[in-house]
This record gives sequence, C-alpha cells and structure tokens, in this order.
Amino acid sequence: MSRPMVTYKPSDEVDFVIIGSGAAGGVLAKELSTNGFRVVVLEQGEYLREKDFTHDETKVFIQSQLTNKVNVHPVTFRKTAEETARKQQAVLYGSCVGGSSVHFTANFWRFHEIDFKEHSKVGDIPGANFADWPITYTDLEPYYTKVEWEIGVSGLAGASPFDPPRSKPYPMPPLPVKGNGVVFERACRKLGYHAFPSPMAILSQPRPGRAACMNCGFCLGFGCEVGAKSSTLSSVIPMAEKTGRCEIRPNCYVHRVETDKNGRAVGAVYFDAQRNTHLQKAKAVILSANGAETPRLLLLSASSQFPAGLANSSGYVGKNLMPNSSALAYGVFDEQLNDYKGPAVSRIMHDFYELDPKLGLFGGGGLDARFDFTPVSFVLNGLPPGTPKWGAGFKQAIAHNFTRTFQIFCHGTSLPVESNSFSLDPDVKDAWGLPALRMTFRDHPNDLKMMEWMQARALEILDAAGAKTKWGPPIQEQQFAVHLLGTCRMGNDPKTSVINADHRTHDVKNLFLCDGSSLVTSGRGQPTMTIQALAYRASDRITALAKSGEISA
Amino acid sequence: MNSFHSARRDFLQLLGGTAGAAWLTANWPALVSAAEHAHQAAKSDHPALEVFTTDQACEVEALSACIIPSDATAGAREAGVVYFIDRALKTFFSEALPVYQKGLDAVQKTTAELFPGVARFSAATEEQKLKIFTQIAVESERQNEVPRRLAPGASPDFFQTLRVHTIFGFLVDPEGGGNRDYAGWKAIGREPSHSFSPPFGFYDKDYPGWQRVSGETEKK
Repeated sequence: MSRPMVTYKPSDEVDFVIIGSGAAGGVLAKELSTNGFRVVVLEQGEYLREKDFTHDETKVFIQSQLTNKVNVHPVTFRKTAEETARKQQAVLYGSCVGGSSVHFTANFWRFHEIDFKEHSKVGDIPGANFADWPITYTDLEPYYTKVEWEIGVSGLAGASPFDPPRSKPYPMPPLPVKGNGVVFERACRKLGYHAFPSPMAILSQPRPGRAACMNCGFCLGFGCEVGAKSSTLSSVIPMAEKTGRCEIRPNCYVHRVETDKNGRAVGAVYFDAQRNTHLQKAKAVILSANGAETPRLLLLSASSQFPAGLANSSGYVGKNLMPNSSALAYGVFDEQLNDYKGPAVSRIMHDFYELDPKLGLFGGGGLDARFDFTPVSFVLNGLPPGTPKWGAGFKQAIAHNFTRTFQIFCHGTSLPVESNSFSLDPDVKDAWGLPALRMTFRDHPNDLKMMEWMQARALEILDAAGAKTKWGPPIQEQQFAVHLLGTCRMGNDPKTSVINADHRTHDVKNLFLCDGSSLVTSGRGQPTMTIQALAYRASDRITALAKSGEISA
Repeated sequence: MNSFHSARRDFLQLLGGTAGAAWLTANWPALVSAAEHAHQAAKSDHPALEVFTTDQACEVEALSACIIPSDATAGAREAGVVYFIDRALKTFFSEALPVYQKGLDAVQKTTAELFPGVARFSAATEEQKLKIFTQIAVESERQNEVPRRLAPGASPDFFQTLRVHTIFGFLVDPEGGGNRDYAGWKAIGREPSHSFSPPFGFYDKDYPGWQRVSGETEKK
C-alpha cells in the first residue's frame, strides 16, 4: 500500500479539510486532490491496511476492529421524545480509513427515478415528512456511471426490466452465481418475477494492485485482504494519496467545526490519539462523518452565533432519520448450496420496487437471495425456530443446515419522520466528556406493514423454490440502525433542509456536508452507491464554486 | 439489519444489554491485546491454562461437550473449546468469569442433588450428565422467560454464556483461538479454505448462465 505522500501541519491552511474517509469522504478526497486542491482528511478510526484484516469473528464481532467502539463512543436509544434514552448499541458504522465501505456487503444498486420525485407522485403521507429531491436521477446518472467505473462495480447492464436508464454498461461482468442465486432465480421465473445478477462493488476481474474476488465468504463485517471489495480504502484513497496533495490523517476525533466572527468555518478541531487538541485550518470544511456523526458534530459546534448548532437554522439537523426497513425469510434445502463460499449475494429482484397503490402500501423494496453468515453467526442466528439448543440434535441441525440454508432479504423504504432523529444525549458522555449520540426512532407504521407484505412474498418464493423448511422472523420495530440516512437533508428551501443541491449548508458558505445525511428519501435500501454518486457530483460542484472564487470570497 | 448485525446485537444482549456496554467500557484496554494473546496461545494444541484450574477445565470441557458432543465428527472437546474459553476469560470475555465461577458451583450442587454418589459432573456417566445438563438448561429457559429488557443489567446465566462461548470456540476462525485443526468447520461441512472457485454446490453446478425471461423486453 502507498504511504501518505504529503503531510500538513494543523496550522497550514489547506483548501479543504474533510471529516471522514468513508464512502463519501474517500471520493471527495480523491476528486478534490486530483483537481489540484490541498486536502486533509481527518478519520476517527485507525489506518488499517489489507494485511491487517482477518477472518477472526472475535475481533470483528466482539472487539469492533472496524466499527464504532461504544465503550468510548457510547450511543443511547429511545423510541419517543417522552422517554429517557438508555445506553444501547443502536448504531453501527465503520471506524477506520474507508469507513463502512470496508466492512459492508457491497450490494450496489442505483436509486431509481421514482426515488427522487416520489412526493410529487404520491403526495403527502400522514405521519411522514416527505419531500422531493432538488435533483433528479438524470442529474445523478453520469456520477453513478463514474462510481461504477472508478471504484469497480460488477454487474450486467439491462438485466433488470425495472432498471433506470444508464449511459454505459458495467465495467466488468457479474460475480459467479451462487447456489442461492440459482434457486432464487428459478423460483422467481416460476412466479413471473425477474431475478437478475446483482450489481456488487466487488471486482470480478483484477485491477492494478487489487485482486479479483477469491470467494472466501468473509465479506459482511470483514475487510477484504485482497482488495477485491471496492472500499474507498482499496479504490480511491490510494489515488488521492498519489496526487501528493492529500493527507489521510487517522485517529483524529473531530468534535467541533470552528467558526469566526463572520460566521465562516475556519477549520476542524480534533483530539489526536494522545488526546491533544488541534485545529486543522482550512478554507472550507466538508463533513462526511456519516448520517449519525455529521449531525452530532454540527450540534456539538453550537456557539453564541449558532445556538441551535451549526447550520441548523432550519432545525432539521439530525431529523428525519431513515434506516431502511428490512425483513428476512429463511429456507433449508435438500442438497448442499455451500453458500458460505463467495460474496453474500448473486441474484436480486426489483419487481416490488414500486408497489401498486391498491395494496394500501407506500414505497417498495427489493429482494435478494443471500447467505451473509459466518459459521458462528449462522449457529447463533440461522437455525429454524424449535431447533434444540444443545446436544446431539443441536449438532445434527448445525451440521445439516449450515450448507443448505439461505435467506431472502427484503430491503425497503423508510419514510422520513421528523421525530426520528439523532441528537445529543443530555446525560450520557463519551470518553472525552462530550455528549453521547442519542437515537430516537420508531418506524412509520407503513414501513412495518410493507415489510410484513414483503416477507410473505419472500416465503412464497422459498415455497416455489422447494424449501423443505422455511420461516420468517417476526417483523419488529427497529432499534438498531446501519443505514444512517436523511439527517441533514438536501433541499432548495432553507427552512426545510440543511444543505442545497451543491451540498453547501444554507447557513455557512464554506461548510459542505456529503454522506448518508444528505439523502432526502431512503430509496429501497442499499444507499452506498447513491452516497458515492452524490460525492462525485458534490466534488464537481465544490470544485466549480472554489475555482470561481465563491467559497473563499 | 442482517446476520452480522444481529449476531453482534445478540451478543451484546447476552452480555446484559447496558451492562454489556458498561463491561466493554471497563475492559477496553484488555481488548486491545486480546487477539494477539489468542493468536499466540492458538499456536499450541494444549496451551497452558491461564484462568481455569485443571479441575475447572475438566468440568468446563465436559459441559461444553454436552452442548456439542463428539460422535462420528469432532465435538467441542476435540475442537479445544475449553482452551478458547480460558483465553477468552483472560481477555475479551473477562466479564463472564464470575458467571463461570458461580455456574460451576451450581453444576456441582445439581450433580450432588441428583446423583449423591458422584463426585463431580465430569465424573458422571453419559446418561447422568444428560440428566444433570437437562436440568441446567431447563432452569435457564425458565429464568429467561422474563424478557431481558424487563430486567436490564441482569446477569447472563451460565448456560447461555457457556453455549455462546462454546459456539465461538467450536466455529471461530482458528486465528481466533478455537476450532482446533478446523474441527468445527469440518463438522458442519465448511471446507477449511479461504478461497473457492465455482461451482460451489449442488444447485449451481449445471447452471446454464443467466437468461432474460423469454418474451420480455428490456424495459417494463
């Protein structure tokens, strides 16, 4: 791996300081440094390399090697504002260079046209704070294509009759089909549905410095040792470093965006690994800290000038959290699928992307056939209800089922609800004495009903596939978020949004936000592709503003 | 939500919900060196015990063998689960040590009650072990009828703890200090490799390649 080609002092006023090196921050770092700007990226987590990654579940599950560490960054949860939040690991996000793109499953769907203008089509929905995007799919399409070609996405263009238009095919063919993909595809065909090869941010063909996928099966939750998963760590961050203008600085916990008397951002204040405080000066600040930590950082940056938090004149910072709805159905088959081999998913279907309004449900979803278990997580979570918990029967069940089980995962819309939010906990502090992240969340009733409906369809598919045993865990209110979307939404109206279509905050001219928080709707799950397309587009917009002198003026 | 996240969530719940988080807070420095420790210890088939006495290890091994018995394939015993647990209690599962201490005492008591002549659980016959272990599991189930959320901070019970630790010790990647010689993976049909080529199983071996549904146009 390349080492940083350049280092800056905190007192050097660079062009951009970017907070977070994940899906969005990595792309912005590459684009802006390539465009000639001097960039410092401050990352909360460590700078791990491919050689540091492991298949050891104790490191990943128990020690949070790649994810947020609640021992020092506690999170609290409550369902409604009337409750006092309690400590709970309610949020999981990547905490290392590359962010969540290091450990994610790498499902890489584009959003569809409807996702950008659904409010106009269906109107208001009771209990939801629903809006259109200020941009359309057409605006974003060139950037979706850029993501696919630059970071490396495998797939088959035109395979889904529901796909939105695209300007170019995928840069490489789909990954190999899995047993679950074959079974799912045949069952879908029988029922008149359209399963197709899943687009994945995993290389099916090698690229310089990166191997094609070796089908090890340790994908979700794990970093890829061969660079086949197209994390920003393996794809764009090395390009950023090669420009000689970008420094990736790990182990920096940014806790404040500093502003001057004119209300302009002057840089980011952070604790280094030794807990010393620094101010990294910059002409402009970009927050890509994820949909939980970006709003938290804005709220932590309150001052007499910005008493409700920075860039929060709308009061929308942290609100409208959309984690995507989800449901699962499991099937056990006669013969060995061996789905522990290969990436989690190889076939998906989008027949339910836009549900018929006659169903009385809003939004829609996608289904995929997957096996995203490790051996340990399978035995803890993948066995049918009623399986013995120990003894000969237990052993027989795990030995039989491990190679014969797969899941259908239903991904769907989360409606924006204003009270669903991230805020600062008034009581609980982190290890640095700062207010902890507090999540307030209760699913919109539509989302739960829709998941019941999706799960019923998934069970029908498993039936058509000939599953010997099948079951669906009960749909429950969510108390755990991984997709952190909508919490600083984009919009034209400064009263009902935090950033404009250029990702510039309405309130602070040289402060930009780009990550899951920017999304206005949740799509149907799998948001990373859209977050990265937004980051490429934001880079173009920010570059244009900087070059025309509109940021520093 | 997916299996990774739910496994993680379940694990934290097992640690007692908020108590689990508190435990993590209190023990973070120990976690940092835990993997290194496990890696070193994993190099030996029978590493030295660091937490259990030999007698305790005998009991834990016999108990874990009730959860995953040895038959035609390896069980917890052959996979070296007790050594994984010993190292885990020294490092990243150290919060659970009192659970083991109390749990082993309770097992001893149950053994004495059910079979007064038997000195300890590990000395019981297979039939006796089954009866004792059934009682322990049933008691655990009865106690867990009270949802954990109604009793935040409640201690995780011995059976639940031992079960999860045994599963980890049996199936974790050997780099994590269990699953000796891939015994656990072999028992569940997972080939001990980290790189595979298709076809992977029965259903994909004759797959003709993806084809569009006949008669469909490209766009809906």
